[in-house]
Amino acid sequence: MKKEKPDSFLDENGRRLDGREINELRPVEIEADVLERADGSCHIKLGDNKILAAVYGPREVHPRHLQEPDRAIVRYNYSMASFSVSDRKRPGPGRRSKEISKVSKEALESAIFLRKYPKSVIDVFIEIIESAAGTRATSLTAASVACADAGIPMRDLVASCAAGKIDGKIALDINELEDNFGEADVPIAMMPRTEDITLLQMDGNLTREEFKEAVQLAKKGCKELYNEQKNALKRRYER
Amino acid sequence: MGSKIIAEIERDYIYDLVRRGKREDGRGLDDFRDIDIKTDYVGKAEGSAKVKLGKTEVVVGVKIEPGDPFPDTPGKGVLISNAELNAMASPNFEPGPPGEEATEIARVVDRGLRESGAINFEKLCIKEGEDVWMVFVDIHVLNQGGNLIDVSTIGAVSALLTASIPHDDYDVEEGTLEVDTIPVSCTSLKCSDEILVDPTYIEEEVGSTRLTVITNSEDEIVGIQKGLSGTWTQDEIMEVVDKSIRESKEIRKLINSSI
Repeated sequence: MKKEKPDSFLDENGRRLDGREINELRPVEIEADVLERADGSCHIKLGDNKILAAVYGPREVHPRHLQEPDRAIVRYNYSMASFSVSDRKRPGPGRRSKEISKVSKEALESAIFLRKYPKSVIDVFIEIIESAAGTRATSLTAASVACADAGIPMRDLVASCAAGKIDGKIALDINELEDNFGEADVPIAMMPRTEDITLLQMDGNLTREEFKEAVQLAKKGCKELYNEQKNALKRRYER
Repeated sequence: MGSKIIAEIERDYIYDLVRRGKREDGRGLDDFRDIDIKTDYVGKAEGSAKVKLGKTEVVVGVKIEPGDPFPDTPGKGVLISNAELNAMASPNFEPGPPGEEATEIARVVDRGLRESGAINFEKLCIKEGEDVWMVFVDIHVLNQGGNLIDVSTIGAVSALLTASIPHDDYDVEEGTLEVDTIPVSCTSLKCSDEILVDPTYIEEEVGSTRLTVITNSEDEIVGIQKGLSGTWTQDEIMEVVDKSIRESKEIRKLINSSI
């Protein structure tokens, strides 16, 4: 689908094209326990992103040789529906999906008490139903809610969001247009209680100061998401 | 599907209920579960639908893009259907390329769309022998609550009915997507000697054999698929066909009112 770079990402009042302030998240909705047969699950909407996360386990590892004698392993499967993006994506994992799965798995592993479940696996399945920039971060936010919903003991939830650079300014949670034509993208994930960062990537071009500002801003976004995560889990038990 | 273990006691329980004309979820043997259709669910897709059939859930997305026609049908568009049994939907599904079950679902849905003449392939032609519109129907099963074929067909048809060709994106004026009839499938399962419609996944696990009948808007049969290893008698098959035509009418009404 053709989209052109706008002349400017910010209007005269400093608002973005979708009406947000520069440090504002897109509208977010999180719901826990949405899938019947999964041990834990979560549906998240962030702007136009629609993502489902499901957790199975801890359960027996197949194939056997993958099992670790002293801890559980995490398998993270990030997958995009072929219709989730403008140009149909070929089904199946590509290089991008594999990389995202790897960094996300590592981000989640730091939060889970893996040693409680030797020789087992925690399977996390992510399905991007509709993609609108920020899917890896948003998936991770959903995945940790699904883990909590599955009753897996964790140090904290993992909240994740990205900051970027548009028109020379650092902005929170960049949308699709800003991602395609913006100058940088910094996704981070953290455990908000301790502010330990469990995922950090960056592409684009930023100065040291700008990078620091981006991380700072993304952390603020994570904390806001953290509240929504907790609310979603509470609502799940109020039903 | 991979290995599955059903407790003997669960099988007995379900068979016992069915023999008395009852079911685990309180339905009668001839009742469908509630159907909920939400179209235009995915903004990026040219057509889409999220369909719930009881606890079973699928999302179907239709993508349309220009491509090469098949050499033997140079003036006709192309339909490609694909089903993905997402590993999140069931502990028995695994990630990876489509297995037997996913392939069966995709092909049965495809058969319904193709054989019913639902899509007018000539109208999808852009330039004969060179360019035609390719219609991709991707079915994603998110929650395996049983009867995936019927819910997938409903989803595919609803998504196609609401789909439009992205002329502007490719600067192409030719071609229209016309859906002329609504194929609907109805699946029956034989449990003990009783026949029930719209099986749940646990019923599918214990049932002996399965029959799917696809009909078009004129109540003509356009496709049939038998599944599982058991057997049907001719009388039973006709009973299933009559029942399917009846049920499909109701489902078609619902699709029409939901799009």
